[in-house]
Amino acid sequence: MSYKAIVIGSSAGGLAALKELLSPLKKSFKIPIIIVQHISPQSDNYITTYLNNLCELKVKEADQRELIKKGHVYFATPNFHLLVEENYSFSLSTEDRVNYARPSIDVLFETASFAYGEKLIGIVLTGANHDGAKGLRIIKERGGLTIVQDPKEAEVDSMPLNAIKESKVDQVLKLKDIADFLNRLG
Amino acid sequence: MSKTFEEDNKTLNIEIELLLEAIFKKYGYDFRDYGKAHIKRRVLHRLASSKLESISHLQHAILYDEEYFKLILKDFSINVTEMFRDPSFYKKLREEVIPLLKTYPFIKIWHAGCSTGEEVYSMAILLKEEGLLDRTQIYATDFNQNVLKTAKEGIYPIDKVKEYTHNYQKSGGIHSFSDYYTAKFESVILDNELKSNIVFADHNLVSDKVFAEVHLVICRNVLIYFNKSLQDKVLDLLEKSLIPGGYLALGSKESIRFSKSNKEFDTVDDKEKIYKKKLSIKKA
Repeated sequence: MSYKAIVIGSSAGGLAALKELLSPLKKSFKIPIIIVQHISPQSDNYITTYLNNLCELKVKEADQRELIKKGHVYFATPNFHLLVEENYSFSLSTEDRVNYARPSIDVLFETASFAYGEKLIGIVLTGANHDGAKGLRIIKERGGLTIVQDPKEAEVDSMPLNAIKESKVDQVLKLKDIADFLNRLG
Repeated sequence: MSKTFEEDNKTLNIEIELLLEAIFKKYGYDFRDYGKAHIKRRVLHRLASSKLESISHLQHAILYDEEYFKLILKDFSINVTEMFRDPSFYKKLREEVIPLLKTYPFIKIWHAGCSTGEEVYSMAILLKEEGLLDRTQIYATDFNQNVLKTAKEGIYPIDKVKEYTHNYQKSGGIHSFSDYYTAKFESVILDNELKSNIVFADHNLVSDKVFAEVHLVICRNVLIYFNKSLQDKVLDLLEKSLIPGGYLALGSKESIRFSKSNKEFDTVDDKEKIYKKKLSIKKA
């Protein structure tokens, strides 16, 4: 299977987890990565700046109508939902919070799975709520690959546990093993 | 399994296209150039909360039952807003735009896509504090009649006040936010004085024409729901509604940079998305 995109959802404890997951990825890693990290609505762009300095890959905020490119890591903007269009570009939305969150992981996962179908990998990391669980189930239903961070390793285990409860996920892995797995893919 | 998903998804997209066509032909509301992912989410959400088995059935219901149409109309319009949303925007407006508006004897402002009115009243408060409210006419428009009704009333849930007060202070407000409302049970009622120079009206940016000639157009977080060609069309309409030297304010993730209207404007503040229409356009 050649995967066309990876979507990741993280919440409490997410910044440290994302650092551990993204920094080992090789410069030659091709598959675009799209991330919703729950964050305060007023935040500036410190996460993307911080991770861009640590990673080989280009890390940036997803812009309205931007085309999704290989070798890029995109973050959802604080206070906007991030949607993937079926022509592989981004849309932003200010519609109501979903699972108390804006951006919401489910919104990203559901729209990305329409765009990429079985060629999508969904990953749920540490967090304190249930956002992402439904989205991960939908990715799985449409033939995509689903991975959850090992709850024993996660700083906050409810989000991984809820995702595992909601559907039969393909892999439960530690961050280091997720990074290794991704590096082997491309 | 994946083959089936792809097939089903293609059919789904055809059904949505036909639904939007049907809504346009029957009711005149044109959502055909809205962002597809957003519309699809809203349609599927409506379908899931109905007992209907497909979008084609939903289309049938909408064509034959206007009440169903009203539901979907509500689904399509985004009405999430707050007072002094993005405080730094209002601060910039106060510092950079208001001083120039003060040079006019009478000021007209068009707030396009005003939703439930919170940002319109924020503007009225700002104008009052700057001594401009008496000589300003605000036109606040939306295509959704329900939100206009709420906007006219100017009554909001009290549990939002803490957030609004915080926003107000960060926006550079010079009084106490509580000066502008009366609390009653679970609500706050905004002062009538704020409403005196606002006209709320039904206007559809997609299908209606230039609304008025104004000094400032505020249209925030509306264009993000449109595709490129519709965005260009609406920006052109907004530009034509401005006097030379008038100001255009967009949402924080919207920009005129890649649009046809770009050449008509100078940038006042790139981060807060405030633009100024050029005084004269040199013809090539």
